[in-house]
Amino acid sequence: MFKKKRNLLALGVLLLVTVATITASLWLVQSPTYIDSHQRLLGPSAKHWFGTDHFGRDIFSRVIVAARVSLFIGVVVAVISTIVGTVIGLLSGYYKKADFIVMRIIDGMLAFPALLLALALVAALGGNITNIIIALTFAFFPVVSRVVRSAVLQIRNIQYIEAAKTTGVSDPVILFQYILPNVLSPIIVQGTFIFAKAILAEAALSFLGVGVNPTTPTWGNMLQEAQVYITIAPWFSIFPGVAIVLTVLALNVLGDGLRDAFDPHAPAKRKKRTSMVSNGEQKIA
Amino acid sequence: MIKYTLRRLFSLIPVMFIVSIIVFMIVHLTPGNPATLILGEESTKESVAQLEKQLGLDKPLLVQFFYWLKNILMGDFGQSVYSSEPVLRIILNHIGPTFSLTIFALILILLIAIPTAIFVVWKRNSLLDPLFISVTLLGVSIPEFWFAILLVLGFAVTFPIFPVAGYAAFGDGVLNWIYHLFLPAFVLAAVEIGLVARMLRDGMLEAVNQDYIRTARAKGVKESIVLMKHVFSNALIPTTTVIATIVAGLMGGTVIIETIFTIPGIGQLLIDSIYRRDYPVIQGVILFIAAIYVLVNLFVDLLYTFLDPRIRYD
Repeated sequence: MFKKKRNLLALGVLLLVTVATITASLWLVQSPTYIDSHQRLLGPSAKHWFGTDHFGRDIFSRVIVAARVSLFIGVVVAVISTIVGTVIGLLSGYYKKADFIVMRIIDGMLAFPALLLALALVAALGGNITNIIIALTFAFFPVVSRVVRSAVLQIRNIQYIEAAKTTGVSDPVILFQYILPNVLSPIIVQGTFIFAKAILAEAALSFLGVGVNPTTPTWGNMLQEAQVYITIAPWFSIFPGVAIVLTVLALNVLGDGLRDAFDPHAPAKRKKRTSMVSNGEQKIA
Repeated sequence: MIKYTLRRLFSLIPVMFIVSIIVFMIVHLTPGNPATLILGEESTKESVAQLEKQLGLDKPLLVQFFYWLKNILMGDFGQSVYSSEPVLRIILNHIGPTFSLTIFALILILLIAIPTAIFVVWKRNSLLDPLFISVTLLGVSIPEFWFAILLVLGFAVTFPIFPVAGYAAFGDGVLNWIYHLFLPAFVLAAVEIGLVARMLRDGMLEAVNQDYIRTARAKGVKESIVLMKHVFSNALIPTTTVIATIVAGLMGGTVIIETIFTIPGIGQLLIDSIYRRDYPVIQGVILFIAAIYVLVNLFVDLLYTFLDPRIRYD
């Protein structure tokens, strides 16, 4: 899939953002927390690339530091909800008895628009990083379990599973060594999309003022602070937003690329069906 | 069809039961005593005890749940802690603007997404297609609230074509309604336009190489008619299933959009109630939205089986 320039570019953007964020303390010239009341709301300049905010703090440094929290929440939510969703989906797809009850609960959870469920949970639990992670995980894992379950249902009656069962292979081994590897591709695709959605959701929650404590810079928090100054200092709103868009776009492009790479029926490839037969294997690898 | 409809209706019961448990638990997830939380730390013991009694918080959890559920089934969503009005009346007072906004957005989505998808499929071998994919990906990657701020900056502040915020009911004149709702509805629609157009395009591309399409072309039917009559109408059926997803997206989105544009709908009501810790209203709004979403889902499912009789989930 990395033959496509678009996917390669997306991976590059993600790597750049990640590395820049992790190593930030080594090379950031301006302090993200230094308050300079004489430098309030200045436009972009050589000294302050992205301008300064209402406290005279350097917006570039803050965007970089905020990435740490936003990316952290995104990664953790993506990983936990993928794992939880996968385990539930595997069990529910494999054990018919558990399936009915588990799927009704999942249906119930899916009856809430994801952002609203997260909003309600954060409103109840209180807004801090841990609670946001919990709330977003609850909002996103049901979709994963649905996807995994339907993938399991498709392969659970295939002969090699039956063969494993009759030769006395234990259920956990069948589930995690025989079935899981075969349903991994939709899981990876979903995980990538959840990463993207979690970043957007965290930003939305923080923007609404129920997310991460305003003293911690996150992209959502910065945009909330900036909203008041939109007419006199538009750069304050523009740069954190661009950071979100770039990161989320890169993730969505990657997810899309992965889906096409995993899916032999992707419409985009239809046109080249004849050539696909010969190098189909390579594309997947 | 009737049997299927009845069965689907019946299957709503367990789903709504789970939904009500989740909504009920929202209050009980709060750390500490909900009554103290509502009244604030400085409240007296007596007032806390009184509110506890009013909300039924002094009884066991399970008793509270069934009591609450019974009331809801009888149309009693409780009372707002903030204004003492019945929750259901508050919600009904706020439903108009949200309904307006959602319908407006839905119209925009259909008006823009359908022609775009057809055009992209018509020019499918040009550079338009990758461009289209990139734009739809960009569409789902922009935070709605940020897009709203940019549009306000562009079309309400720099070029004051539309108002910065506010709402006018449909009854106050159609033009006034459009004038106030265009920007919020457009922001709300933007994300979904990409999704719907993408679904339609995928469906149409899938159909474009089918045998019956080739037959139509071989008969000498014009390409435009092949696309409109054969390809489009067949791609439309699977696309109906996205309607449910759109509605969910719109409902999640209204919360943010209504807050930014100060539209007095249920989204704004929800955020205000969260700030006021008005839990009965929060519960009511969430339950209300979930119920609507479940009903829309049911409607879409039934519509789907009606349009495509090959599909009956037996």
